Amino acid sequence: MNDLRHRIHHNGGLLAAIALFIVMFIIYISNHPVGLTAAVATTATNKAVLLALVAMAQTLPVLTRGLDLSVGMVFILANCLASVFVVGTIGEGLLGIVLVLGAGALAGFINGAIIVWGRLQPIITTLATGAVYYGIALYVRPGPGGDVQSDIADLATGQLFGVVPAALVVLLATVLIVWLPYRHSVLGRAAYAVGSNEQAAYMSGVPVQRAKLLAYTLAGLLAAIGGLMLTFNTYSGEASSPIAGTYTLNSIAAVVIGGTSLFGGWGSAIGSIFGAFVLRTIEDLLFVFDLDPLWQPLFQGVVLLAAVSLGAVRVLRIRNRLELFA
Amino acid sequence: MSDTAPILEMKHVSKRYGGIAALNDVDFVAYPGQIHAVLGENGAGKSTLIKIAAGVTDPSDGELFVEGRRVNFRNPVEAMAAGVVCVFQELSLLPDMTVADNLSIVSPPLRGGLIDSAGQRQRARELLAMIGCEDVHPLELVRDLPLSRRQMVEIAKALGKRPKLLILDEATSALTAADVERVYAIIRKLRSDGTGILYVSHRMHEIEALADVATVFRNGRRIETFKKGERSVSAIVQMMIGRELTHHYPDKPAPKPMEPVALSAKNLSWGTQLRDISLDIRKGEIVGLGGLDGQGQRSLLLALFGVLKGVTGTVEIMGKPHRLSGPRSAMRAALPVALIPEDRKTEGLMLPMNIRDNISLASLSRFKRGLGLDGSKEHSAVEKMIDSLKIKVADLAAAVSTLSGGNQQKVVLAKWLMTGPGIILLNDPTRGIDVGTKQEVYQLLRDLADKGVAILFYSTDYAELIGCCDRVLVMYNGGIARELEGQHLNERTIIETALNVDDKEQAA
Repeated sequence: MNDLRHRIHHNGGLLAAIALFIVMFIIYISNHPVGLTAAVATTATNKAVLLALVAMAQTLPVLTRGLDLSVGMVFILANCLASVFVVGTIGEGLLGIVLVLGAGALAGFINGAIIVWGRLQPIITTLATGAVYYGIALYVRPGPGGDVQSDIADLATGQLFGVVPAALVVLLATVLIVWLPYRHSVLGRAAYAVGSNEQAAYMSGVPVQRAKLLAYTLAGLLAAIGGLMLTFNTYSGEASSPIAGTYTLNSIAAVVIGGTSLFGGWGSAIGSIFGAFVLRTIEDLLFVFDLDPLWQPLFQGVVLLAAVSLGAVRVLRIRNRLELFA
Repeated sequence: MSDTAPILEMKHVSKRYGGIAALNDVDFVAYPGQIHAVLGENGAGKSTLIKIAAGVTDPSDGELFVEGRRVNFRNPVEAMAAGVVCVFQELSLLPDMTVADNLSIVSPPLRGGLIDSAGQRQRARELLAMIGCEDVHPLELVRDLPLSRRQMVEIAKALGKRPKLLILDEATSALTAADVERVYAIIRKLRSDGTGILYVSHRMHEIEALADVATVFRNGRRIETFKKGERSVSAIVQMMIGRELTHHYPDKPAPKPMEPVALSAKNLSWGTQLRDISLDIRKGEIVGLGGLDGQGQRSLLLALFGVLKGVTGTVEIMGKPHRLSGPRSAMRAALPVALIPEDRKTEGLMLPMNIRDNISLASLSRFKRGLGLDGSKEHSAVEKMIDSLKIKVADLAAAVSTLSGGNQQKVVLAKWLMTGPGIILLNDPTRGIDVGTKQEVYQLLRDLADKGVAILFYSTDYAELIGCCDRVLVMYNGGIARELEGQHLNERTIIETALNVDDKEQAA
């Protein structure tokens, strides 16, 4: 069917990321001492979902041909805020969640506002605001500690019906409630249009400014969902600069592995989720093969390079050298 | 016609950039059901006029009326809402998105607040059928389409907005002959439906074929508006350039069979796009490449410049074998080769970089001094090029994107002439530039040939091939169908060969 051929062509990067993840996950599980049990799956998911959410957050600015270096800081800010406000009764905890998500969205909106109305470069804007957000996190939680409403935390990190990891359900819900409607909304498509060719988008009457504002705002919201999940996992908050930085950089790696173009206009947050899963599985693979953790950064780098090279395979097929630069 | 109310009216409109007036106190009226040609050299104010009508820029002074109502467009969306839709010469399509997405980019069909992709595909199919482009699949990505198809999609996109006034800016410059006919038919149908049309083109025969009314601009002023047939072509050209045109083309010298062969290609093939091409170009010769669009002319030029991979066959330059391994090796051949690309915006210029850097970019090795560059030597060499090509620039340090189309094309020419090429490959260099600049380009090519440069000149304009070239190779389906020379070099034989019509006269 002709339609199908086009659809596969459009989603090549995503399909490659899914395939890579499945292969790595099968290797991981078949070498795991216990095998695939609900507990193993839940532990793996709880870790992977954090990066998946931050990577989804990163995807949106990247689609508009921008970049958000503050996603890791918003993630940590949400973690610190949650360790202060998501406490007490379940009702109070839920109120706290709304507050944390609102703060994340606000942080993203501020990024977007500076980029759209201040006309500053996304990289430098988010580098600066990221430092500000980290500063606020440090002010909220000067030393590691705090608490979180344990009923909600246990529900979000446990298993549904004793088998399905709840974190996976949270991730799925985020895709269904945030990403899919966004992808098929006028402003979501405007984000792709802006990333594809901003001038042409403007000429065509695409709402360029609103598209960017929404992309950065949703990035803040998604990063905050990640920060909440982090709090539910650790039952505490910590304004850790290394964690913030690592998540920011890994989110960019996950976006690229997931088939999203850093030049904008091309890719999807679903791909980034699988990109994040791939990165996480690398760590787990080192664990099951009992390699010295010292090797981890090196291996992670090699796999990242290999994964990115997959995207470059097209170069071998190119017969017109000009297409290399298109 | 004139008793109907105007669709668009401009009163005393001016537009100034800095101290320079791009439009100066212009009154302009367009009526529904009329094809109105807008003529003028580059920098005459045509594009400014269009941009103001389409809401891309604001006028500095004056008033704009659409259907009698005073309007003040702040952006293209407001102009579209009022029914003024523009097909821009610089394509406004989004390359990474599907044709269907592009056609409904502004107001897609919605279902439950979200985009209805099935409805959008259906709409795309209808619009594509309207312009006779059923071969384009709605889910195809725009970046995978050839330039000519993209331009058709661009037109379909404009039609989808149901314009009351449709503005076409050089809208047929990349189209194949068959598509041009379809576009003409669509435009005529729109006219009979009461749509007003503003048509900007540099091709005089198009204007003769289509326009009901024409307005000539020069130096930001409206010179004259007249009905079809009221002015002769030479009178119109005269109005546009404001000086007498005696010769359209420089004189051709006698054939030079004794000159050495500069470039010789034998049996070049590349996939299905180039088939067994052999050609010789002597020093001092201008050889034309003709034929319908997309018969392999562009690929042939790219192949000779070494851009294509996997080309079979042999190439000799001044009798020495030459390996086609990339632009850098082409520039270092026994006779340096230069390619003036088709799309100056993507392949010819670094738009955000300044004029000086653009011109000297391909010859930087000449200005090396130690580890750096000899700035004053570079500067004086650039100034020399600008003088000899008569490029109108105020400031060498200004971005090249600030220049008009014709001057941008001259910058591309200057860049390659500075490398001191012995062989020049030209890919439709006069597309979208004004009559005056075109003539300067023709004269420049002839002067270069007289100095011994070998030139291969691809053009979509038959008159240009006949007027400029010593010989013309007409391509069909990836091969050279026929070589035309002397008395055989005329419009009729070119078109016959291009269409691959059997030439019975030849046998008779």
